[in-house]
Amino acid sequence: MSTPVHQLVAFGVMVALLLLAPFFVYPVFLMKALCFALFACAFNLLIGYVGLLSFGHAVFLGGAGYGSAHAAKVWGFPPEAAILFGTLVAAALGVVIGALTIRSRGIYFANITLAFAQMIYFFSVQAKFTGGEDGIQSVPRGVFLGLLDLRRPLTMYFVVLAIFLLGFLIVYRAIHSPFGQVLKAIRENEPRATSLGYRAEHYKLIVFALSATLSGLAGATKAIVFQLASLTDVHWTMSGEVVLMTLLGGLGTVFGPVVGAFIMIGLENYLATLGAWVTIVQGVIFVVCVLIFRRGVVGELGRLLRRPL
Amino acid sequence: MGQLLIGLINGAFYAMLSLGLAVIFGLLNIINFAHGAQYMLGAFVAYFALQWTGLGYWWSLLLAPIVVGLFGIVLERTMLKRLYHLDHLYGLLLTFGVALIVQGVFRHEYGSSGLPYGIPSQLSGGYNLGFMFLPTYRAWVIVFSLAVCLATWYVIERTRLGSYLRAATENPALVQAFGINVPRMITLTYGFGVALAALAGVLAAPIYQVNPLMGADLIIVVFAVVVIGGLGSIMGSIVTGFALGVVEGLTKFFYPEASNTVIFVIMAIVLLFRPSGLFGRAT
Repeated sequence: MSTPVHQLVAFGVMVALLLLAPFFVYPVFLMKALCFALFACAFNLLIGYVGLLSFGHAVFLGGAGYGSAHAAKVWGFPPEAAILFGTLVAAALGVVIGALTIRSRGIYFANITLAFAQMIYFFSVQAKFTGGEDGIQSVPRGVFLGLLDLRRPLTMYFVVLAIFLLGFLIVYRAIHSPFGQVLKAIRENEPRATSLGYRAEHYKLIVFALSATLSGLAGATKAIVFQLASLTDVHWTMSGEVVLMTLLGGLGTVFGPVVGAFIMIGLENYLATLGAWVTIVQGVIFVVCVLIFRRGVVGELGRLLRRPL
Repeated sequence: MGQLLIGLINGAFYAMLSLGLAVIFGLLNIINFAHGAQYMLGAFVAYFALQWTGLGYWWSLLLAPIVVGLFGIVLERTMLKRLYHLDHLYGLLLTFGVALIVQGVFRHEYGSSGLPYGIPSQLSGGYNLGFMFLPTYRAWVIVFSLAVCLATWYVIERTRLGSYLRAATENPALVQAFGINVPRMITLTYGFGVALAALAGVLAAPIYQVNPLMGADLIIVVFAVVVIGGLGSIMGSIVTGFALGVVEGLTKFFYPEASNTVIFVIMAIVLLFRPSGLFGRAT
């Protein structure tokens, strides 16, 4: 399958914007948005292409964050190794939780992943190495691959951008492959996919682990960027946030999660001084999206242009 | 013994909340994510009733479920109703959004610290049982919630109204063909489930204080309870609610570090052997 032209164009526009953005916008904000964009893309892999709503994805973001922060701070790993280690932590969590949950469907799946996430959250509150309420603070950024000094914001930004694009392309590749076609077949009609000889649970477990791994990549990177791994990233409200980003951008669209993440992070940045209002606005967006805007921003755009984005 | 009692108290709340969730799930097939927020609303109605009108605990026990139940009915009529033809996940997301709004508004107005709510004078004090001290209010909570749970079970499993309800759970189209107004039944069921949450909120007010976030974390534990018991089973959710409260209380005594996670660990084990829960039907 060749990549449709309009998606190439959209990808080009996105890359160009992201390359230029740090010269106009505060890089730390952009890095935060990029980490969440990758997180949302990884999440979308599950809900958008297999139809599984995981309500516990914060575990992979936060777990990987703890992993990479611990590796960088306590073990003195260089950043690339710390990020890799954090990602592997998330992958391991993904395989274990996935194996336990993947047999359930729909609402059960959402409920069970949520409960597992809460279990890991309480574990993080009590475990020694996570630092409890304080989290792991002042994680060193270090020098990436021995060449790029990450203490310089622009260097850090481009490394984060490279990681984001890597993750984005992995997701894209996974969706537009025979593997991705099988996933869609499972989403549309699981018994039929099974009857055609595909082991549906197998496929679902692989994609769950992949989604967890990429969420972990986002979380591990985020911990290095902000030099902090904290309970916020493991809490179930974070799982809710990534659902919202993906829903707002457009479930099952390639670029939707990225757009949704940038909108939500921008909004939070803007409303940060207003305290509880962030929650209220999030809730309103949820309700509006579910009631009248189910295709999301990119989904609606794609419909106007008559091309899937 | 003290921990056992605290466990029973928690179990009473788990049972009432998971019962409401189970009733709603049975007919609407949605997980009511706003359940925790509605429980909180119940406590706040009791608080407002006392502050503004001077109506005490006993009135609130009656009033809060009605007020919050009406809120639920409006929610169902205006929003949830539009989502029945879609994937049930949208219902979950909608109620999640509603929970965020309600909790956000109350946190904005009242902050995150608790507001005190006194124990009614008839139920203050306690009994000395020799081996332990039993506060009257706690005994009342256990007895009252047990009574509510059993009454609900009786209505659903043993009366004509309940049989309509169970039939509509199985096959709504057929029940409608017999001339029963199923949409209205759905609305009232949702209202009833929500009212149960509010009732639990009023019961909780004197014990845990009235706090905008009192339902937010509790509800996740209740979800785990529901998963263990199996969705859609009335008696199952009552029994598991009380049992898990006791297990949690005992863990707090024997191995305090694990008291927060024990329910989730049990959930993982149950899922391995019985994916549809202890009392659930296969899906």
